[in-house]
Amino acid sequence: MSGLVFDAVEKQFGAFTAISETTLTIPQGKFVCLLGPSGCGKTTLLRMIAGLESPTRGRILLDGRDITRLPVHKRDFGMVFQSLALFPHLSVGENVAYPLRIRGTGKADCFKAVQRLLDLVQLPDMANRPVSKLSGGQRQRVAIARALALSPQLFLLDEPLSALDAKLRESMQIELKQLQRKLGITTIVVTHDQREAMTMADLVVVMSEGKVHQVAPPVEIYRRPRDAFVAGFIGMTNLLKGRVAAPGRLAVAGGILAVPGLPATGEASISVRPENVQVGKMTQANGDGDLEGRVSYIRDLGASIEIYLEVAGEQIVAVCSPYNRPDITDGDSVRVHFPPDDCVVVGA
Amino acid sequence: MSTFMIRLFMGAMALFLAAPLAVVAGVSVNERKSLSFPPQGFSLEWYAQIFTDPGWRGALVNSFGVAVGASLLSVIVAFPLAWFLWRYHAPWARIVQILGLAPFILPPVITALGFLSFWSMAGFYGQPWTVVISHGIFFVTLPLVTLTLGFEAVDDSLVEAAATMGADDRTILRTVIFPLIVPYIISGLAFAFVLSLNEYIVAYMAVGFTVETLPIKIFNSLRYGYTPTMASVTVVFVVLAVLVFGLIARFGDLPRLLGAWRDDDGDR
Amino acid sequence: MRIKPRNASDYALIAFPAGMLALFFVVPFGIMITVSFFQRVQGAFYEPAFVLENYARFLSMFFAGILGFSLGLAALVAVICVILAFPFTYMLTRQSRRVQVVWLVFLLSVLSLSEVLIGFGWSTLLSRTAGITNLFVALGLMETPMSLTPGFGAVLTGMVYQAFPYTVLVLYPALSRLDPTLVEAARTLGSSPARSFFNVIVPALRNSIVSTLIMVFVFALGCYLLPQLLGRPSQWTLSVLITDQAIYQSNMPFAAAMAVFLVLVSLSFVALALLVGKREHTG
Repeated sequence: MSGLVFDAVEKQFGAFTAISETTLTIPQGKFVCLLGPSGCGKTTLLRMIAGLESPTRGRILLDGRDITRLPVHKRDFGMVFQSLALFPHLSVGENVAYPLRIRGTGKADCFKAVQRLLDLVQLPDMANRPVSKLSGGQRQRVAIARALALSPQLFLLDEPLSALDAKLRESMQIELKQLQRKLGITTIVVTHDQREAMTMADLVVVMSEGKVHQVAPPVEIYRRPRDAFVAGFIGMTNLLKGRVAAPGRLAVAGGILAVPGLPATGEASISVRPENVQVGKMTQANGDGDLEGRVSYIRDLGASIEIYLEVAGEQIVAVCSPYNRPDITDGDSVRVHFPPDDCVVVGA
Repeated sequence: MSTFMIRLFMGAMALFLAAPLAVVAGVSVNERKSLSFPPQGFSLEWYAQIFTDPGWRGALVNSFGVAVGASLLSVIVAFPLAWFLWRYHAPWARIVQILGLAPFILPPVITALGFLSFWSMAGFYGQPWTVVISHGIFFVTLPLVTLTLGFEAVDDSLVEAAATMGADDRTILRTVIFPLIVPYIISGLAFAFVLSLNEYIVAYMAVGFTVETLPIKIFNSLRYGYTPTMASVTVVFVVLAVLVFGLIARFGDLPRLLGAWRDDDGDR
Repeated sequence: MRIKPRNASDYALIAFPAGMLALFFVVPFGIMITVSFFQRVQGAFYEPAFVLENYARFLSMFFAGILGFSLGLAALVAVICVILAFPFTYMLTRQSRRVQVVWLVFLLSVLSLSEVLIGFGWSTLLSRTAGITNLFVALGLMETPMSLTPGFGAVLTGMVYQAFPYTVLVLYPALSRLDPTLVEAARTLGSSPARSFFNVIVPALRNSIVSTLIMVFVFALGCYLLPQLLGRPSQWTLSVLITDQAIYQSNMPFAAAMAVFLVLVSLSFVALALLVGKREHTG
């Protein structure tokens, strides 16, 4: 079986459970982001792949081979650390050549490899610089070049861009993605930044409190969150709780909504993204799936407009573009429409 | 506390610490052989005497030989201990650590007496090499402390990064840790060297009747009266200490070695 | 990052230092304790026996007096040193890094000086012919130069001189890590610099001060030459007496018994200092 497989892996630090039983497959050649709030176990998961931590229970398989107990220095994966971990006593070139040099690669071959790798990360002619003389972005590239020196089977990055300023971070995200496409290497990035994950990933693994909540492409994570945590963590959302009144009909505070994919009976929660919520004047006839609300306040952000509404005691947010702004002001009574196809069931 | 009061107090303490050294420096350039200050005339004869008089020269050679050997030995003992304490989690290793710190905390006369009884019972009493071992053990505390600080200063992620690139423990030690803690090794060597050069009681009890180091020679001379060479040796020792510690300060981080937080933690 | 040692080669690492320290520190220590129970033989060294007379001997008034004097002198040195060194170190840590480094080099140089050299330096400074009294005469403060040594004052001065750099270096970490906003906060509340020093800094470091006092006390207890070089025989301390008995009286068993006693006193005070120091860290 091709790819990286977590087979019922569990990790405990003393009494603390960092990762509860997790089974997960990371297909070969994909760009995968482990995404979650700090302390969710994403770094622990990455460190277990690298071999820097060993699972308390379960197995880790790479292309069908059990690597659970393989010592870290025999795995030959490339890893970029959050602190970058560049060796301060070595020059840029010596840093990049380090994994080759300790394997006894000759000087000439090391030199060629350093040239090739520094070209790859767009830092030619930097080999002789001391690491301390580099800018943040340059250090980043050196760390990436060094991790790729062995042409590793897996490329692991732990919050690699967190030290950079916002602008540089965005351009590095795109660059990293292009690099991965070019090399076709299975890449796993830990991040707490959902924009970063959305930008780079083929596949996002959303985690919290040591559990994997959803594994899916970014757009699916956003449009079809599997549970309330994912819906709330990725972007803004409106969560509504209700009771199934009839097949495809959910009774929420303030009215009844048409929702596809509801369970036959019992309670259910749905998530509706703000940009899908439609707000109109009360004069129009109330249709199916409409609730009555009241405008609390309106935030005009220029590129978009956020409308904060009170619907049967709950706060609902709607976002619309300035070009189809409804003609309403604070305090107006309005009609709030939740299109059935945009109501995603996220649990009981 | 006004700036003036601070200057006054610190100046007074500087005077207190410098006064005996200044007087000794003064009498060391006396032309005549008597103890008098301010010096009468000016002569560097007593400095020359350290190297020309066979007794003083011998003591100088002995002292340096002992100090070089002892400081090397103390680092050789301290290095694997500090590495083990840093790398491995083993509570009982703390006992070895305490043994390494004890010689410096206990009154020196106790260690000295221990060596006296040990070497005489082992039948090596008076052998010149015994003082090298005695000093090497007595001063093991200094490189142990500097190396412990040195290891702690190594960022864990550097070690982990080296491991992910295929380096095993020994390769990591050779290619990452060792280059990073060289300054701390040198500091430990230097501390042990200077203190061994100055040490009296352990050397005296171990080999006092067979080998004369400079402090032993000065003490023995003191009992028979004054020679200006004592003064010139004292000045040489002070200058040497200032030089060695000055070099540590120049190439290392002296405040950090002595327990202050780093000032330049900035970039991470 | 720390891992449990896994195999023999991991343990081999610590075997050498552990072996060296065991052979050359623990074994000598054990021999010394053994010797303390041995019988002294006139004219020879000593012979194996198990007698308590070496311990019984310092239960006499004479040794009680020496012990009392040693402890009292060490305590006095510790108190004087801490009183001088605490404000000094505080001021030092507020200086620029450059000034601090220059001072630290100087302090380390003085600290590393042999007791022989310190004793010689002070005996010169306090002597009649080259001493400080010549300066007083020149300034018209005194009629004729005089010798200030041997005497208790000379011993005390020499020991304070020796212990002062040590005291500064023991206090240095705690004071240099002290949060400067603590004083600033006191200052903004209208406290004068001297008052904020006594009302804020001193109480905040109360435990450090106590453990430093004890450490300097133990350090001063170890002083083995200065009382001999600068004082009269009545001002000899336990450390001096041990040296004297071991070397000049060739009474190893008695010297060893006194050394064992000195170890017990020192260790109990060091343990106390660690206990006090630990309390500060845990709050």
